[in-house]
Amino acid sequence: MPASATILTTEHLGRRVDGRMLVDDISVEVREGEVLAVVGPSGSGKSSFLRLLNRLDEPTSGTVFLNEVDYRQIPPRELRRRVGMVTQRAFLFPGTVYDNVSFGPQQRGEAFSDDKSEELLVRVGMAGYARRDVTNLSGGEAQRISLARALANSPTVLLLDEPTSALDETAKFEVESLIRDIISQSHLTCVIVTHDRAQAARMAMQVMMLEQGRATRIGTVEEVLHA
Amino acid sequence: MLNRLFTDQLQLGLAQALAAAIVAFTVVLLAGRRKIHLERETAVALLRGLVQIVAVGSVLVLLLRAPRWTGALLLAAMIAAAAATSVKRAKGLPGAFAVSIYSIACGAGSVIAIMTWLGVIDTAITSLIPVGSMLIANAMNTSGLALNRFRSDVLAHVGEIEAALSLGADPRESVQRYVQASFEASLIPAIDSLRSLGIVWIPGLMAGMLLSGSRPIYAAIYQFVVLAMIFAASGLTSLVSTLLIRMHAFTAAEQLLLRPGVQNR
Repeated sequence: MPASATILTTEHLGRRVDGRMLVDDISVEVREGEVLAVVGPSGSGKSSFLRLLNRLDEPTSGTVFLNEVDYRQIPPRELRRRVGMVTQRAFLFPGTVYDNVSFGPQQRGEAFSDDKSEELLVRVGMAGYARRDVTNLSGGEAQRISLARALANSPTVLLLDEPTSALDETAKFEVESLIRDIISQSHLTCVIVTHDRAQAARMAMQVMMLEQGRATRIGTVEEVLHA
Repeated sequence: MLNRLFTDQLQLGLAQALAAAIVAFTVVLLAGRRKIHLERETAVALLRGLVQIVAVGSVLVLLLRAPRWTGALLLAAMIAAAAATSVKRAKGLPGAFAVSIYSIACGAGSVIAIMTWLGVIDTAITSLIPVGSMLIANAMNTSGLALNRFRSDVLAHVGEIEAALSLGADPRESVQRYVQASFEASLIPAIDSLRSLGIVWIPGLMAGMLLSGSRPIYAAIYQFVVLAMIFAASGLTSLVSTLLIRMHAFTAAEQLLLRPGVQNR
């Protein structure tokens, strides 16, 4: 079986703020359809690393290549369309579920039909919710809409920043299972930040351990988590 | 009571200023009992206000005989001072001084220029400076309110703004609702002044015109003219400051600069 192409590469990626290295010289490759889990203790730089991947923050050293193109050559809005992100809290915009799901395509002036919206809502288990006001959603439902909203942009890479850590136990397993199904069905390349090693083992093929901003181990689940 | 104790006008003025300052400071002390501490800031502001207005009064005495173009210089200096004051309400906002000075110059400066050209504001320094300073002072308040509201709204909604950016939104679109809220909030004082004119308050300018012998109807109409000019200057200032500050809130790579404790470089 031929090796799949490298989609995302970080090359000596670093970010220093006020003399402190939040992310320190990280070089890692993520192949098409692969899930990389970034694990480590609180304050180890996991979220800081993720924010560099869609350029929400600016690297102070190194860079990122998306499909072998230095991402500084890609206009930020186009980059963020291609590298979607789901965060710990859903941060839905005021309005309806449809308003949220259609937000990305509408930013580019693209039409987003009710059918397309419903198709996405079916994928995240929220069929029939399009006209609901987001203020009435539970935490788990809001996170599903947040996922649908990111998928509406048809991203090449999906970044997940502790996507289930703000949810209760039941919702946590439902949302995790949903994310796993979507990733495998869509063959989506994914980077997930989690403090939960068991979740990393369930979801990822490759794991990177971070400590004080540095990658101390990169390898398969067995090599990093079960060593 | 004071006018019986003091016959000299200057002494009477100082005594009246002291009485007004004591009343103002009493309110601050009352607030202090509820753990809202503004004592130092208010004391400095009261003292500064008194010294500054007496200094301006003295300068006006000198300027009465100066050529008319010196009025423009004085107004320019007032705009710079207003921008410096307005910025203090916008700590942490990148480029706040530049935004303030452009917006006040554009808002108050353009209304003063147009109204002077139309003959609504007299070019005599005794008229230009007091009326101009009213427009600049209100523009300063509006700019400070707009910047302060924008800053606090953005800091309270970093998650939503970055969610929008992460979906490929135009940065201007991601903060649009906070720009609108800042604009509306900053104009509330100017709108309320216009609404309550003559019912809740009779402004000092009208009282001054009546005392100096102007016809009451003309004094009343001119007071409306001044408040309408204040509204125009404030509105334009707020519009320019909110439009400019949203550009300063992001880096060239469209990253949000205004986040608690973090700076993008």
